[in-house]
Amino acid sequence: MQVRVANVSKNYAGMAALADVSLTVGSGELVALLGPSGSGKTTLLRTIAGLETPDTGIVYFNDRDASEKRIQDRGVGFVFQHYALFRHMRVMDNIAFGLRARRKNRPKESDIRQKVMELLDLVQLSGLEKRFPSQLSGGQRQRVALARALAIEPSVLLLDEPFGALDARVRKDLRRWLRELHERTGHTTLFVTHDQEEALELADRVVVMNKGQIEQSATPDEIYDTPATPFVFSFIGESSVIPVTIGNGRATLDERVIDLDVGALPDGPAQLYLRPEDVEMVTDGGPGIPGLVVSTRRIGGMRRVTIECGLARHRIEFDASAELSIQNSQRVQVRIIGGRVYGAGQEGYATEKLAASATADFKWAKAEGWLDR
Amino acid sequence: MSAPAITAQPCGKPPRAKWRRRSVLPGFGLSLGYTLVYLSLIVLLPLAGLAISSASLGWNEFWAIAFDPRVSAALQLSFGAAMLAAIVNTVFGVLIAWVLVRYRFPGRRWLDAAVDLPFALPTAVAGIALATLYAPNGVFGAFLENVLGVKVGFSALGVVFALMFVGLPFVVRTVQPVLEEIDRETEEVSATLGAGRFRTVTRVILPAMFPAILTGFALSFARGVGEYGSVIFIANNLPFESEIAPLLIVIKLDEHNYAGATAIATIMLVIAFVMLFVINLLQAWSRKWFGHD
Repeated sequence: MQVRVANVSKNYAGMAALADVSLTVGSGELVALLGPSGSGKTTLLRTIAGLETPDTGIVYFNDRDASEKRIQDRGVGFVFQHYALFRHMRVMDNIAFGLRARRKNRPKESDIRQKVMELLDLVQLSGLEKRFPSQLSGGQRQRVALARALAIEPSVLLLDEPFGALDARVRKDLRRWLRELHERTGHTTLFVTHDQEEALELADRVVVMNKGQIEQSATPDEIYDTPATPFVFSFIGESSVIPVTIGNGRATLDERVIDLDVGALPDGPAQLYLRPEDVEMVTDGGPGIPGLVVSTRRIGGMRRVTIECGLARHRIEFDASAELSIQNSQRVQVRIIGGRVYGAGQEGYATEKLAASATADFKWAKAEGWLDR
Repeated sequence: MSAPAITAQPCGKPPRAKWRRRSVLPGFGLSLGYTLVYLSLIVLLPLAGLAISSASLGWNEFWAIAFDPRVSAALQLSFGAAMLAAIVNTVFGVLIAWVLVRYRFPGRRWLDAAVDLPFALPTAVAGIALATLYAPNGVFGAFLENVLGVKVGFSALGVVFALMFVGLPFVVRTVQPVLEEIDRETEEVSATLGAGRFRTVTRVILPAMFPAILTGFALSFARGVGEYGSVIFIANNLPFESEIAPLLIVIKLDEHNYAGATAIATIMLVIAFVMLFVINLLQAWSRKWFGHD
């Protein structure tokens, strides 16, 4: 079933959780809603489910206004991050809950039992139907929650941070398993995540959200290769930012020309966003931007080098071959072979850590003399 | 993954008893010892005294008192009214807890505080207040008697009303925290799975609250059985009609019939203990049945 969100807005206490969001999810598509916390992704998911009522805008299921139906009749399978299993029911009764709740054409108890067994087989939990949720591991609980949602044969499957509470190993396994499950069952599926790796690996299409708006909605390849906004660029993957100046259709850093397409950006200040692979070290004596190495870290087969370059000592991170010996305070030359230039006035993604420390109250630290000001 | 069990015993110490597991919470011996001594001094010792002094009666006299029609009428009223009041309190206490937890409205905190008043008020004061209201010439009493033909004040019904008053906070205060703990998401999930509101409440919320409701019921019931102060003011304390067992004990004491008083007390104690024990069993069973552990 196709899901279409048309111009939906939602405010909480004066804050816009969703600001005029429109999105179409095709039948059978697996879509990730990706964004930092507070970006409105969960609100969007809950609005589609009918758990939130939008202030303005309409959610369509197959061109029918979904708000015409009660939430009970919408046929959405919703899976919560913390499973929300019925603790007082055995696994079997948890999964059968939706079937038994049907008013019209409720299946016979024997059919329900058979269906539950099939679903348990599907989520690979056969033999655990008599357990209580408290007797299961986190990954098993999440699979029970999924089986329970699938039992009602939902027209849309909505997953809110489905793997958020699980450890990294289980998360990886479940991710692969969910992808396979989707290929077998073909439900229209939306899932919310703040984990870019999860979104890029799992989804057909990734919707990047920020501040209640959709920044970009595209395939994982497009999201990574051609990020529409600096936010998408900096939220996905590693990135460095340096300010450049645009003039005569070229970007320059301290009057050195950087050989990049700047599109139709107007003359003036702009930002150059770089991924580690967009910068390479000049080893053949050719022209390049001089910089000073401030740190090196070994990451897998590569060496992640941070240099300071330019008059204002902007930091750039890039990957160099691990065979090259690079020391701190060494002078190097780098060449920019990729990256994207965005005009001034667009904001990138500030990590939560930075955002938190900027707003935190350090009164005690100031009083103790730890912090000046 | 299981780490190899540490089997080495410290030299010179006898092996630990099997039920005493090695624990990160030390002080088991000390705290259990303290618990037993304390319980013995505060609870068991007086009760033992009660049993001993009623034993001085001898079986025949004891049974004569136990099956004395006036005594059994009083016992019936005490336990019957306490049971009835506890049932009513359970229904409305759960409702009040629900309203206090689930809805936000002006004056909620005041209402929340008001629930505790029966705890704080001397029960005699409560009894006098209730008696004034429900007496045949009181505000409600006159209305109930003239319009509905129900006599509340100075009757057995008055006993139930008094016990409802003193027992209510027990239900509210035991159910409230459990209700607060119930995850909103389980209700939302229930709705997305197609369950209507009634089904969600009866199949999802109430079962999760059941052990707490049972505890509240037991506490309210126990309080009702032991209540004295408020009841004697609102009931007219007629033998065979509105005389509760604790009052009968006081009457016996006034007559210097100490053996008779302790006999009634012992009977009350045994009945109350059995009933509370059954409720406890029921609760343990329900916890298991509903998978709380």
